[in-house]
Amino acid sequence: MDWYPLINSLRIAAISCVMVFFAGIFAAYYVARLPRAIKGILDVFLTLPMVLPPTVCGYFLLLIFGLKRPLGMLLSQWGIQFAMTWYGGILTSAVVAFPLMYRTARGAFESFDVTLAYAGQTLGLSNTYIFWNIRMPACRQGILAGTVLAFARALGEYGATSMLIGYIPGKTATISTTVYQLWRTNDEAGALFWVLVNMAISTVVLLIVNMLECRNGKAGAS
Amino acid sequence: MSLSVHIKKDFGGFLLSVDLEHESGIMGLLGASGCGKSLTLKSIAGIVTPDEGRIVLNGRVLFDSEQHMNLSPQVRNVGYLFQNYALFPNMTVEKNILCGLNREKDRNIRREKLENVLEMMELTSLRRSLPHQLSGGQQQRAALARILVSGPELLLLDEPFSALDSYLRDSLQIQVKELLENYGKDVLLVSHSRDEIYHLCSRMALIDSGKVFGTGGTKEIFADPGTRAGAVLTGCKNIVRARKSGEYEVEVPEWGICLKTGKPVGDHVCAIGIRAHYFNSRARENVFPVVYADRMEEPFETTILFRYAGQEKDSTPVWWRIPKDRMPDKMPEQLGIAPQNVLLLYPEDNR
Repeated sequence: MDWYPLINSLRIAAISCVMVFFAGIFAAYYVARLPRAIKGILDVFLTLPMVLPPTVCGYFLLLIFGLKRPLGMLLSQWGIQFAMTWYGGILTSAVVAFPLMYRTARGAFESFDVTLAYAGQTLGLSNTYIFWNIRMPACRQGILAGTVLAFARALGEYGATSMLIGYIPGKTATISTTVYQLWRTNDEAGALFWVLVNMAISTVVLLIVNMLECRNGKAGAS
Repeated sequence: MSLSVHIKKDFGGFLLSVDLEHESGIMGLLGASGCGKSLTLKSIAGIVTPDEGRIVLNGRVLFDSEQHMNLSPQVRNVGYLFQNYALFPNMTVEKNILCGLNREKDRNIRREKLENVLEMMELTSLRRSLPHQLSGGQQQRAALARILVSGPELLLLDEPFSALDSYLRDSLQIQVKELLENYGKDVLLVSHSRDEIYHLCSRMALIDSGKVFGTGGTKEIFADPGTRAGAVLTGCKNIVRARKSGEYEVEVPEWGICLKTGKPVGDHVCAIGIRAHYFNSRARENVFPVVYADRMEEPFETTILFRYAGQEKDSTPVWWRIPKDRMPDKMPEQLGIAPQNVLLLYPEDNR
């Protein structure tokens, strides 16, 4: 039994989820404070990957990081190659999952009671302390939801991933590309197996989240 | 001990223009909601940046647009009690108070100050509680404790009692007054409640549409608000146009009467105010026939609406409030007003 697609999918999803977690939060934090006009434009740009077909995202990524494109050639001089490598999957998953994190975090930040931050400032607390110890815990629900959505999206990413890194067994294969490949080659049992694996992971993730929310709800802030 | 605030800020359609001097003690700022009270406090605390002006606290410049000085809220050393108390919901009472002690580097002193303030504010048994487990009064005490331990030079109180049930409000006002007097720091309190300002503040200013006017002793301002807006804010129910008709007399066309006044009448007088409590059926002066119009009952007081005999039928009636135990059996046929209770009101720029 070759478990490579599982390991590859999990590491791609995990790493891109961590990247998207920070990128999404900081984008949300700064965009929420911008003037309305700039906010509108940036918002469209940052949300586009969510509404575009993933293959279109993959197309754009190939335009940028393709082996015969300037940036792709430049990066390959240092041995970095996003096309047809497993870590190219991190890029595609992150791009596609980013808007989910960004939008849910922004919603949470916008509903944050800003007088809490002001109170912290007048007490002499640094802005960094206020961000991590007051704002983030108060927005915990939204940020947790965004993280889970981003992880689930990254785990299930197919379109952009198949465009940029294709399907090479033991190299770039992920669960979703494997399902498609096995189905295409009439290996129905194999496809079903990976479908079940994917469902199991998603179910476990959602269960963990629900448990966390229950515990926080009991201990925590209204 | 002094605070001097001279600032302007344009919010697009709303102009905040505050000129305020505060020597010492507890000063009140009385205004209706949306008049710029909170914005004034936020400007002093450094949360809102004015377009221009200068804020000086005890000789220390906090903000000066000409010198491009604008200290961050963190270093202004100004305590701010928010209307909703703004306790951090994810921290216990103790942790909230420790946030106010973040400038204190010595651990032992920090612990000592924490214990002292917990005891002083009667919060020791609640130290491990989260804010949402506290009652409104307890939340207020915790928020005050958090601010007091940080040792601010100036304390800003933003509608401190408006989030509390009315029956709690009065007893807490007495406690807070005592606390603030013992604490001996300068306090600026904003409120829309006349009672709060009157109870707590020795000096006050009025604020209306973003503009501060009429600074003075609280008792003096309530006794003679001087302007129409001041009369409204201090709770005067009867305000009516008037013009000078003698050195100690004004004519009130709408009521069809002339009233004797306690003070000499200035040339610019534009209106008079008469507080609803000051009509009297046994007064000897300014006595005129009245016609009953309507009444509103409250638990301990009755408001009677009446019109003067010469007043038009559909004009605004006059309010007379009287404690129930002093209520005559039937509506008196005439009512009088002592001349010193006729408040003379002038245009704002012509006091």
